[in-house]
Amino acid sequence: MPVQKGEDRLLAAFEEWSENVEQKLRKRPERKDEFVNTSGIPVNRLYSPIDQTGADYLAEIGLPGEYPFTRGVQPTMYRGRYWTMRQYAGFATAKDTNRRYRFLLEQGQTGLSVAFDLPTQIGYDSDHSLAQGEVGKVGVTIDSLKDMEILFDQIPLDKVSTSMTINSPAAVLLAMYMAVAEKQGVSSRDLKGTVQNDILKEYSARGTYIFPPKPSMRIITDIFSFCSREIPQWNTISISGYHIREAGSTAVQEVAFTLADGIAYVEAAINAGLDVDKFAPRLSFFFNAHLDFFEEIAKFRAARRLWAIIMRDRFKAKDPRSLMIRFHTQTAGCTLTARQPMNNIVRVAFQALSAVLGGTQSLHTNSMDEAFALPGEEAVQIALRTQQLIAYESGVTDTVDPLAGSYYIEELTKEIFYRSQKYIEKIDELGGAASAIEQGFIQREIQDSAYRYQREIEKEERVVVGVNRFQIEEEAPKGLLRVDPSVRISQIEGLKKLRSERDNGRVKDLLGELRKTAEGTDNLMPVILDAVRAYATLGEICDALRDVFGEYQPVSTIGG
Amino acid sequence: MDKKRKIRVLAAKPGLDGHDRGIKVIASALMDAGMEVVYTGLRQSPEQIVETSIQEDVDVIALSILSGAHDFLFPRIMELLKEKEIDNMLVLGGGIIPDEDIPALKDAGIAEIFGPGTNTGEIIDFIKNNVER
Repeated sequence: MPVQKGEDRLLAAFEEWSENVEQKLRKRPERKDEFVNTSGIPVNRLYSPIDQTGADYLAEIGLPGEYPFTRGVQPTMYRGRYWTMRQYAGFATAKDTNRRYRFLLEQGQTGLSVAFDLPTQIGYDSDHSLAQGEVGKVGVTIDSLKDMEILFDQIPLDKVSTSMTINSPAAVLLAMYMAVAEKQGVSSRDLKGTVQNDILKEYSARGTYIFPPKPSMRIITDIFSFCSREIPQWNTISISGYHIREAGSTAVQEVAFTLADGIAYVEAAINAGLDVDKFAPRLSFFFNAHLDFFEEIAKFRAARRLWAIIMRDRFKAKDPRSLMIRFHTQTAGCTLTARQPMNNIVRVAFQALSAVLGGTQSLHTNSMDEAFALPGEEAVQIALRTQQLIAYESGVTDTVDPLAGSYYIEELTKEIFYRSQKYIEKIDELGGAASAIEQGFIQREIQDSAYRYQREIEKEERVVVGVNRFQIEEEAPKGLLRVDPSVRISQIEGLKKLRSERDNGRVKDLLGELRKTAEGTDNLMPVILDAVRAYATLGEICDALRDVFGEYQPVSTIGG
Repeated sequence: MDKKRKIRVLAAKPGLDGHDRGIKVIASALMDAGMEVVYTGLRQSPEQIVETSIQEDVDVIALSILSGAHDFLFPRIMELLKEKEIDNMLVLGGGIIPDEDIPALKDAGIAEIFGPGTNTGEIIDFIKNNVER
């Protein structure tokens, strides 16, 4: 057969070439003895059609918009429309953040992404003692519907899509968003957006948990089922590898631990009696775009293929939308350096390009100053412009999945796919993601990788430009964004005023009803929605749930 | 005090932020350098940190915070140590801390602030050279 003959010729040529190279290496060796990427995958000198021998193109790669979605979830990808440019933003009061949102929308941003402060993420009002020093620092502070009304003032909720990074109290913030929409006269059926609502990675990597796993999973499945009826275009969860990667995992671990979390949510929802094709189309994902350009592109492609197979074979999903990973990407915050911060603009550009070449549905590009503080306006503008440059000037968006067929990319995609699958098998053996987290397995794997990475930097096996190589003397940056500590005082005054004006009898009744619902099995969302409409605060609602559910106690994975 | 006693360090996360990659990496590096490390876990109040430092009889407290609440929480911890009349504790800080905040934190008694990109060897040397035993 001529094909066979061609292969033989190629193999012979390759062997001859390899021998020649080996000869030359004696005189001029390569930079390193071994080339390995962050996932520990060896990187060969050369990839060629030999690596593709025996590959089944349609089964493994296929066509965009079709199973197994390796080439993307839509048939036309960015020829149809660009990804959503969505900068994560929030600081100080709702009023300050509203101003930033309107600035970003004026600059051509196409979706909103709300960063909440830590007290809000952990379900404390601004007047709680643990909120001291934290109010408005890493995000906007929200105590009640009043703040949420200000946050979205003059932003028509039927025209934008909004992603909210909120997990344990996701039900409460989603209810507040719906209540704001009601006041704007927008039907919940027209609302588009996402709540992160991913508790498992909070236990393993991000830390803003409140309740123990069991009631947390119940809240999540309540949200799935409520949204499928009431707010059908909403993404009910954003299953997040981003923070797992930021905590130090490798690319393979990011895919494996994220999809293992995804499996746990799907199982929980099925066990709660939901039909997989009713809720699975609204699951969304969130990944990191880290430094190794090709490894990242391959990671996105491998994740799509692996999830499609899991959903089809393990959960028997039929609706093609149930099989698709639609994901948001953020460039890797942990790779930003405080040294020579302008270099971060370039780092972010490469990372963003990898996300686009990997087929992301939305993207946040970090700002150059984020190793110091929350980003200033100018830095955010450059970050957004980076996305616009990729979209409108680089030309990479004019054809679908342009790197497909690269011998290296396809080989790496396959390798990340298999290695992630192996990890998921291991997690299955430990009883699934929740159980693996309870045993500290996932936390230990992540922290071991983080430590290895740091050691590589310190031994200078890994170069960080401007940090351990090419250093200069430089001055501290000026004009960083600072959050005024008086934000807490004004929030506390706002809370006092709220509590003197609202119908406190009604709030008390609704909180009682919420406790009762939490003790039973009915869906929590309707009563939470009533409570926020009556201006019960976030802290009051979360306290009522704490009374019934208790609080999560983490396992220690450090020391003896 | 027994001279052979290992240096004992409390690695602590004050405030509400969940970013524990840095403190865990440092805890591992200090342990590899022969120190004994107790890690508090997340969300510790200043009172809890000071209490644990006494119970665990540590020589050093290494604080990590990335949320920006250092300006309130670090001085508060130093205040509580003073109230307990603990004056020989070596207290270090790290995380996302703007340079312009460092003088005030040092005035409050924090011995040194280590920002992003710090080599763990630098922290180990600093502890060995400055710990009071």
